[in-house]
Amino acid sequence: MTAAIELKGLYKSFGPTAIIRGVDLAIEKGERHAIIGPNGAGKSTLFHLISGRYSVSGGGVFLHGENISNLPPYEIYRKGLSRSFQVTNIFPNMSVFENVRCGLMWAKDYKYSFWHLVDRERELNEKTAQVIEEIGLTSRMKIPAGVLTYAEQRALEIGIAAAGGADVIMLDEPTAGMSHSETDQAIELIRKITVGKTLVMVEHDMGVVFDLADRISVLVYGEIIASDTPENIRNSKAVQEAYLGAEAED
Amino acid sequence: MSEITKTAAPTASRPILKTLTPWIGFLVLLLVLPNIFSSNAGLYTMNLMGIFVIFALSYNMLLGQGGMLSFGHAVYFGLGGFMSVHFMNYIEEGLFTFPMYLVPVFGGLIGLVFAIIIGSFSTRRAGTVFAMISLGVGELMASSSLIFVAFFGGEEGVSGDRTTGPELMGIDFGKDIHIYYLIAAWVFVTVALMYLFSRTPAGRMANAVRDNAERAEFVGYSQRKVRFVSFCMSGFFAGIAGGLFALNFEIVTEENLNALTSGVVLLMAYIGGVGFFIGPIIGAVVFTLLQSILSNYTDIWQLYVGVLFVLTVMYVPQGLTGIIMMHTTAWRLKRVGGLIVPYIRIGIPALAMMAGIAAFLEAIHHVRTASEDDVMMSLIGIEFDSHALVPWIIIFALAIIGGVVTKLQYPQLKDAWETANKLPASGEGVGS
Repeated sequence: MTAAIELKGLYKSFGPTAIIRGVDLAIEKGERHAIIGPNGAGKSTLFHLISGRYSVSGGGVFLHGENISNLPPYEIYRKGLSRSFQVTNIFPNMSVFENVRCGLMWAKDYKYSFWHLVDRERELNEKTAQVIEEIGLTSRMKIPAGVLTYAEQRALEIGIAAAGGADVIMLDEPTAGMSHSETDQAIELIRKITVGKTLVMVEHDMGVVFDLADRISVLVYGEIIASDTPENIRNSKAVQEAYLGAEAED
Repeated sequence: MSEITKTAAPTASRPILKTLTPWIGFLVLLLVLPNIFSSNAGLYTMNLMGIFVIFALSYNMLLGQGGMLSFGHAVYFGLGGFMSVHFMNYIEEGLFTFPMYLVPVFGGLIGLVFAIIIGSFSTRRAGTVFAMISLGVGELMASSSLIFVAFFGGEEGVSGDRTTGPELMGIDFGKDIHIYYLIAAWVFVTVALMYLFSRTPAGRMANAVRDNAERAEFVGYSQRKVRFVSFCMSGFFAGIAGGLFALNFEIVTEENLNALTSGVVLLMAYIGGVGFFIGPIIGAVVFTLLQSILSNYTDIWQLYVGVLFVLTVMYVPQGLTGIIMMHTTAWRLKRVGGLIVPYIRIGIPALAMMAGIAAFLEAIHHVRTASEDDVMMSLIGIEFDSHALVPWIIIFALAIIGGVVTKLQYPQLKDAWETANKLPASGEGVGS
């Protein structure tokens, strides 16, 4: 069985500075995979390379065995990979409802249609309402997304990414900046929307990582130094030295 | 119809009647207007208004809906106009038979063709790059219009005759009232189509790309293609407006596709409010009124339009429609009535101040431009000597006292505004 995402010798440099220095990684279908690592390790860059935001300098990214390196983001999305962003990245002047609907339209095959009226498309609107219900924003769906609270915007961010039903979902620090109770809600949400799907997430909160992930990869200075089950990662000497060490002393 | 206040369509679709009410009102308005303003000047103004409404709305498909700032939108308007006037001549010469009232379709098609050509490279990027390309293309077209005399007619332009086509139920569009109804019909259809476009997937994604082009790419849409679709639609409707211009004035000149016209449409859309669907309609109406009424009374009407534009940009970027929409909260709370008196209290001194400033500008203009011995000038029927001291003292007094009183009245307006907009404690607040 081919892996959902496979990275082969992935390499990225900005000018002379190498950020990702030969990453090999296979993420199986249906797996919840977390990528952790110290600040500046290149986690977000790795995400941008997989999702098409950055061009690849060397090596390849494979989605279900198909080479997607250097495809534009919308092509990658159409092949079934959807992502959220670390810095909230929504459509601020549009309502919550419209934000989610925009995340659904391509998946529902509307493409660039100018002969459908979105308000008359019953199935589209019902599905949108359903996604909004899942992310818990039903009472807020008419207001502009830009005026939501931070936690609500984060939930919306995940909702937009998951709305289209992509089978690989990538979340970049979904709980960053959240309070404890908000984090717990976010974990529940992520669990709910990724049932039967492949999840790749970057996360700083170790509680979230060990709670959600089936497997964890540790990225340090552009290289994966370990990729294993949470249990083995927690007990790994190399990982503790490189990364967890500082926190273990707390 | 606004994008900000009414963006979501909840799952339960709204009753048909409620959706149609504004459109029925619009239709009735279009039918009734010529009975109220039946003079030639009135018809002339309303015809121009209708053309500009279509033009400004097509422009706002770029600026307000799609986030593309164009400095060359007159290209599609002008080309549509030229194409239409040529077709009017072909019909007159008997090259083929075609009803005159459908000629703007050709204008729209040529606008669409050129939008496809130019949009194929200019929509690659939004922002400054797009603006610069539109400026360049606009200048290119304006200068070629003086070079390719066969198509553009050189400096005198191309003229036609709209009465020569086959008649429609005995109407040959010779009278102004006929052309008014023709334009009104086109306005109604195109405004409805442009509104409907904004409610299609392509139209919704245009808003999304305007808001956040990058994120749109991560939900499957190429920002370039989204912009391209809007751009083509916009060119099509601008071409229709140009075609109506040709039908109405029976002449199209270089001026209709140069930078001045491109600037006018930007002004109209912005003054009306680019954030709202009806904004450009209001902008086009106000601009045309200023142009045709103010220009009867003063030589420096363009200065006033310019000042209005600058004030809009500086103080109400949401435009005139934005000012109206600011009152929705108070309206829902049924407290607009409480604002009338405060508005009157600040409005009277503010008007006095503006009258003072306008009189000052007019007097300076008179002193600078009138001949030496012509010292008497007239403002709203009052004759006075623009070289004497007393009128100047009155003008200054009007402006300064008006300004001071306006400022003194500001706190009471602010209080009234806050009272009118205060949400009930238990109500659903936006900022919780």
